[in-house]
Amino acid sequence: MDALQLLVSGLANGCIYGLIALGFVLIYKATEAVNFAQGDMMMLGAFLTLGLNNEAWMGLPFWVSVPVAIAGMAALGYLLDALLLRRMFGQSQIAVVILTIALGFILRFVAGVIWGHEPQSLESPIAGMDLRIGGIVLGLDEIAVIIVTLLLTGVLWLFFARTRLGLAMQATSQNQLAAYYMGIPVKRIHSLTWALAGAMAAIAGILFATKGAIDPNSGLLGIKAFAAAVIGGFGSLPGALLGGLIVGLVEPFAARYIAAGFSQIMPYLILLLILVFRPDGILAQVRQKKV
Amino acid sequence: MNASPLLEVRNLETYYGPIVALRGVSLAVRRGQIVVVLGANGAGKTTLMRTISGVLEPEKGRVLLEGADITAREPDEIVRRKVVHVPEGREIFPLMSVRENLLMGAFTRTDKAGIATDMEMVCGYFPALAERLDQEAGTLSGGQQQMLAIGRGLMARPRLMLLDEPSLGLSPILVKEIFAILRRLNNEQEVTMLIVEQNARTALATADYGYVLELGRIVMDGPAGRLAASKDIQEFYLGMKEESPRGRRRWKARKTWR
Repeated sequence: MDALQLLVSGLANGCIYGLIALGFVLIYKATEAVNFAQGDMMMLGAFLTLGLNNEAWMGLPFWVSVPVAIAGMAALGYLLDALLLRRMFGQSQIAVVILTIALGFILRFVAGVIWGHEPQSLESPIAGMDLRIGGIVLGLDEIAVIIVTLLLTGVLWLFFARTRLGLAMQATSQNQLAAYYMGIPVKRIHSLTWALAGAMAAIAGILFATKGAIDPNSGLLGIKAFAAAVIGGFGSLPGALLGGLIVGLVEPFAARYIAAGFSQIMPYLILLLILVFRPDGILAQVRQKKV
Repeated sequence: MNASPLLEVRNLETYYGPIVALRGVSLAVRRGQIVVVLGANGAGKTTLMRTISGVLEPEKGRVLLEGADITAREPDEIVRRKVVHVPEGREIFPLMSVRENLLMGAFTRTDKAGIATDMEMVCGYFPALAERLDQEAGTLSGGQQQMLAIGRGLMARPRLMLLDEPSLGLSPILVKEIFAILRRLNNEQEVTMLIVEQNARTALATADYGYVLELGRIVMDGPAGRLAASKDIQEFYLGMKEESPRGRRRWKARKTWR
């Protein structure tokens, strides 16, 4: 029953990659900028929750810390766009990319100064608990990650398909000029998309810190999530989740069955193959405009 | 109040970076009229529309709506004032359904009942859309996409519609159909229209008043009938040939306003 345990832990990791990848894709679709600080926002969200929740810091109840941290990261995302990114409007894409990379460094530094560089775990109610079914032992934290991701996917789907704001976000990402013509406040929609990506990063961070330890450099996980987003098809929300799951699943199986040293490169090997044979990703959303 | 036109553009100058696209354009659209601006590629037609709808900011000049200055306001404020831009080349939301596209047209409105009535009104004018409400908009034909763009504009319940080349890329029959619907909307729904077009024949047949835009300047204007009868318009925009006394067509592009 080794394979089942690998499967569950792979899925759990994959969900976290998928959630970070969703943040990448959300911002990319709405604003055509890639936020390379997405991984670091995940790390910051985790530290924020940990700082509010853990006994060694503020010691607030878990169910208070979580929503406060999510709201805090959403506010941070909104402000980053409204105060920084909006001013970059009209600049080249590369300038925006460099800005977000710099932002990542700053977030890492700030987290290190406040919470230190030692790995820490979030003291969640389910930390360290196991689920035993027959002879199989599964981590309750890993099951929780998978369930939360499933729920979140459903909520996001409803949000984008049913609400006025969600539809306006879709519209803005599909045709920004037409969105302006319809009277959709495009700039505010961009900021709200950053807020949503911030909240997603916080949730990913909370799940990650429940499952294992975080330190200020955990944000570098974002690179793997970025690869996942590209594998799934940059610009496709289901693709981002799928890409995350693929990367998450490949890792433990590769580590188990392929020689050490080779196993670590497997996600990137898949990325390379995808880029060569299906450059738009697995679930590409490409449609030519009719003339 | 009624003395001032619904839309007035005064001496508008707009630049694309260092390039002048509009060199002092003035025009007026009265309530209930269909006004057409004729012009070839690069005459500044789209720039004019974008400056009115607030997507571009003019360097000089003013845009007045019922006498109130709306120059360079945010596009969403201009839509809230019931001025809607129907862009050229369709510009729909390709991955959303026809219904969702139409709902986005009503984004600035909150009256649910009114939106539902207008949805039915739009479906009445465009039966082709009514049959395809749940279809992805990107899979519509070119003509249907144009109808969707117009229908989406109507969903804002506009007083003034800015239509950017509604005939672009459509077959002659479809062009006729679209312009007939525009005329009906003008009569029945009391939508005032400012249309920019290259297709002078159909546009002048539909419009009440016309302007001719060349290289960012208005070079001629008048009631649509008189413009259609003008020699220059006939030769340069309607492509009619005229026999000169020497039995040959004028070969040099000389217009009376040059």
